[in-house]
Amino acid sequence: MEKKKIRKELKVSAIENGTVIDHIPPQSVFHVIRILNLDKIKNQILFGTNLDSVKYGKKGIIKVSKKYFESEEINKIALVAPTATLIVIKDFQVVYKSQVEIPDKIVKFVKCFNPNCITNHQNISTKFDVIDKEDLKLHCHYCEKITKKDDIDFN
Amino acid sequence: MKNRSLVSINDFTKNEHLKILNLAEKFEKNPTQNTLKDYVVATLFFEPSTRTRLSFESAASRLGAKIIGFTDAASSSVKKGESLKDTILTVSNYSDIIVMRHPQEGSARYASEISPVPIINAGDGSNQHPTQCMLDLYSIRKTQGKLNDLHIAFVGDLKYGRTVHSLVIALINFNATFHLVSPVELKLPSSVKRHIKDKKLNYFQYTDLNEVIPNVDILYMTRIQGERFADPLEYERVKNSYVLNNNMLDNAKKNFRVLHPLPRVNEISEDVDNNSKAYYFQQAKNGVYVRQALLTSILGVN
Repeated sequence: MEKKKIRKELKVSAIENGTVIDHIPPQSVFHVIRILNLDKIKNQILFGTNLDSVKYGKKGIIKVSKKYFESEEINKIALVAPTATLIVIKDFQVVYKSQVEIPDKIVKFVKCFNPNCITNHQNISTKFDVIDKEDLKLHCHYCEKITKKDDIDFN
Repeated sequence: MKNRSLVSINDFTKNEHLKILNLAEKFEKNPTQNTLKDYVVATLFFEPSTRTRLSFESAASRLGAKIIGFTDAASSSVKKGESLKDTILTVSNYSDIIVMRHPQEGSARYASEISPVPIINAGDGSNQHPTQCMLDLYSIRKTQGKLNDLHIAFVGDLKYGRTVHSLVIALINFNATFHLVSPVELKLPSSVKRHIKDKKLNYFQYTDLNEVIPNVDILYMTRIQGERFADPLEYERVKNSYVLNNNMLDNAKKNFRVLHPLPRVNEISEDVDNNSKAYYFQQAKNGVYVRQALLTSILGVN
């Protein structure tokens, strides 16, 4: 009874099984959808943006049925939506909840912004050290140039 | 240092830099030896370079090593579409050490990760040129008698000049004060300035070359390339303001020396060449001794 009442108030319906990405900065919702290739999968996806948030004022949320993210995907989320919370749902219950975290090292999925970096010319996985997590800065292990937040592009 | 690649100047510690300089001094006294007679040195120049390649080949030859390689990518299988990985793996079968220059940044780091023999980076795009840096350190120490507490001015293209980036990073270990003279478009990148700031050292930025000359020990000149400017008119406007000529040196300190990684085009006028404060040709000569020290240390033959 109690549970049903809460569910009714949700702007984005609950899912039975899957993952909820909550507290996404509103301007990043579509970016998150794109980098996770959610526009290309067959799962049911519910999302909302510019919703009221006690913590952040406004927020976005994405709920993906029957999908549990790998750590590489979670790292991607952290780079574009550092405030996001990841919630794993089973039988409508929260079984796991944690805030995403920007890792110290990033391997493979980010492109080096330097067009003359060897990783953009040969078949080589990129590697970066995260040298600033607040104002995101990635130091390329190969060309030693810094890819900044606004230059981040994904492989 | 045995079997370790040298890709970036920071791959070796300050103490290792000093060891190389000390060893280079010995080679300067006695440059012709036979210590590398059983070794093959490969020089892979994916982009042409005269000075660096000849200096390496001279260093290796004077130690009795055999040299194989190519002088530009057009004369190698790279032209047929061979990957860098395949080239490096193949050549490593034929040689004990690979010296490489490549137009793309990060190429030498990648090569060092896949190569079974050590790699010496002879320049990767606009990134690093550590052997030039070592010979610059050698030249600075030789002319000043020390490396600590010096005032060093860098002039010209500080944005793309890889020799500048490597040398700034190396001098951070020696409590240097940096005087950075460049057009606004070609200022030192923040990724390099970060190193100076991390060590809490002082740096000053200028657009006028005359201002720094009386106050510094070393003037490190570099070439400003027209193709770095989006606007050709802007290049025409700034290019002549970074030309050094002899009468500008009147107020320089006694120990003051002019360095330049060469090739020079017109940023140092020829009337400076005969001034005792001009050191760039001796600097180039020092490259041979420093490269001898690097080859023997990395091959583990001393």
